[in-house]
Amino acid sequence: MKTNRAVRTPGGLSVRLDVRALTVVLLLLAAALAASVVLIGTGDFPIPAGDVLRTLAGDGDAGQEFIVNELRLPRVLVGLLVGASLGLGGALFQAVSRNPLGSPDILGLGQGATAGALVVIVLFSGSAELVTVGALVGGLATGIAIYLLAWKRGVHGYRLVLVGIGVSAIVTAVNGYLLTISDIVDAARAVVWMTGSLSGRDWDQVWPLLMLCAVLVPLVLANARELRMMEMGDEVSHALGVRVERVRALLMIAAVLLTATATAAAGPVSFVALTAPQLARRLTRSPGPNLLPSLCMGAALLVTADWVSQRVFGADQLPVGVVTGVLGGVYLLWLLVTERKAGRI
Amino acid sequence: MLVDSPPELREETAAAPPNRRTIRAVGLLVSVLILALVALASIAIGAKELSLGQIWHGLFEDSGTYGDVVVAERVSRTVLGLLAGAALGLSGAVLQALTRNPLADPGLLGINAGASAAVVTAITFFGVTSLSGYVWFAFLGAAAVGTLVWFLGGSRGATPVRLALAGTAISAALYGYLQAVMITDDAALGKMRFWTVGSLASATDSTITQVLPFLAVGTALALSLARPLNAMEMGDDTAKALGANLNRTRALAMLAATVLCGATTAACGPIVFVGLMVPHVVRSFTGPDLRWILPYAAILSPVLLLGADVLGRLVARPSELQVGIVTAIIGGPVFIYLVRRRRPAQL
Repeated sequence: MKTNRAVRTPGGLSVRLDVRALTVVLLLLAAALAASVVLIGTGDFPIPAGDVLRTLAGDGDAGQEFIVNELRLPRVLVGLLVGASLGLGGALFQAVSRNPLGSPDILGLGQGATAGALVVIVLFSGSAELVTVGALVGGLATGIAIYLLAWKRGVHGYRLVLVGIGVSAIVTAVNGYLLTISDIVDAARAVVWMTGSLSGRDWDQVWPLLMLCAVLVPLVLANARELRMMEMGDEVSHALGVRVERVRALLMIAAVLLTATATAAAGPVSFVALTAPQLARRLTRSPGPNLLPSLCMGAALLVTADWVSQRVFGADQLPVGVVTGVLGGVYLLWLLVTERKAGRI
Repeated sequence: MLVDSPPELREETAAAPPNRRTIRAVGLLVSVLILALVALASIAIGAKELSLGQIWHGLFEDSGTYGDVVVAERVSRTVLGLLAGAALGLSGAVLQALTRNPLADPGLLGINAGASAAVVTAITFFGVTSLSGYVWFAFLGAAAVGTLVWFLGGSRGATPVRLALAGTAISAALYGYLQAVMITDDAALGKMRFWTVGSLASATDSTITQVLPFLAVGTALALSLARPLNAMEMGDDTAKALGANLNRTRALAMLAATVLCGATTAACGPIVFVGLMVPHVVRSFTGPDLRWILPYAAILSPVLLLGADVLGRLVARPSELQVGIVTAIIGGPVFIYLVRRRRPAQL
């Protein structure tokens, strides 16, 4: 099936349209929104989907309005935004490292953010806001450290991956140490944070995420063309007029920011950044970075996983990270097997 | 037998046989002396400093004084450090030879994580409480993950980056599982957060007697594989021509590495990078001959592990930094340095 179409306008402007990718994006978006509505209706006080939609439109009764708008909507929005950021960040990392496993989970960004959060939780017993700040700082510092350490006349994909693994091992050790010196209450809080959870998220977490996405998503998408060319190799893309290191640095900073902010908001929800781009690529059947499909896939995955964790384990019994961890782990094994056969890792 | 002295090595020893060999042997002796000094430091240094006289008293004229009790505890800890260090160094060297991959390490390849996950499963779901019970689970986990990573990494076509990625990916999945267990079970959290960082502090005489047989078997097996592994380093075809049984050697090497890592992880938790660093340092002065690398690694790895343990006691006095944390903080930069030194095509 030929899925690429060129749309030509009389004025001489033409746009290449990937019909399949567009369909996938729309379907994923619809799935994410549908899952969100169902998730808003799920909890100790179930609300039917029709009522949820009516309340969101502004004419529900007062009780439902409070539950939907104040308690559950922000949580779901955080879920959507975190999933979207992780999906996009993961797609960027995988494209830059040219490896399906070169995702922030493996490279230690999540660990870095965890270290920042653990410092706040364990050493200062800080508030939730401070934990967020700590995680953000930790994630950014780790991302920058990995990039600089992997720099040697340019950043090579494999070196980036291996340096990331090394940094991740160091930071994991620091995290382990912080856990051992904490008292058991702080330790339990830290472990829940480390798994990634959406419970108790409110509007304060939504706004910064939304603003960051509003800035970074267009910026990243504007560079998608260059990124697609870079998949052909540094020399070829250089010859085609791409300023390789500049684009790479810009996209890496964007990816680190997206991942670190998402992690700061919800904890290091594992494997979303790894699986979303892979699943998206399988749906679009297009070899490029698939940025927009990955973003929508991330959002849909995270919200669905949160719904699954609430349905299977009961409201707020187990954080969403457990579900993504288990499902993602299984998917990862499958990915390792198939990608190895295809010789891509 | 030809396998015993591959051409490359025979030439080398023929050029300067007595000298080179004497230097290596003397070096080995010096290493043993260094090890003895570090072991002594490990007994003397800690929250309570001990003088040489007190150590002598505790070792040979034990009369149950406070000093003697401290000596007894530190001795078990030091002995466990010696055993664990040797095991990690040997398994690292064997894995590096087996995978022809200079970045191989039991921790990086996920073998420690496999053992950890299996031990935690044993403790939480099967109610196994004794080390001699869960050491079998550790073997099972280590063997399963080791084999899996080996195949996922591309078996004979494995490159450093593939193996490391497969290992890290599986570790990530297994640590996710560990976290889920820790969230649901506070008692498990209380115990496991200390175990999962890797520490020698809980060593007792019974820990040592329980893992000793496994470590002895693993060590003997690893040392006996020096010659066939040497042959394999020259490439499969040459090794076959030299009469080495490739599949048997691979299986036995994997078995040795698994037993050594599994037993170590069961006794002191996952410890990374010791198996990576020491064989590298050793190779820089012994050359590629595993008949020298393996004994050197077995003697110098405990120097690193005990040194890290002593350092951990010094920097965080009167408390201490677990040895697994110290080795990761020392070893991480070494690993990154090794990665940076290589050309991208070699990764």
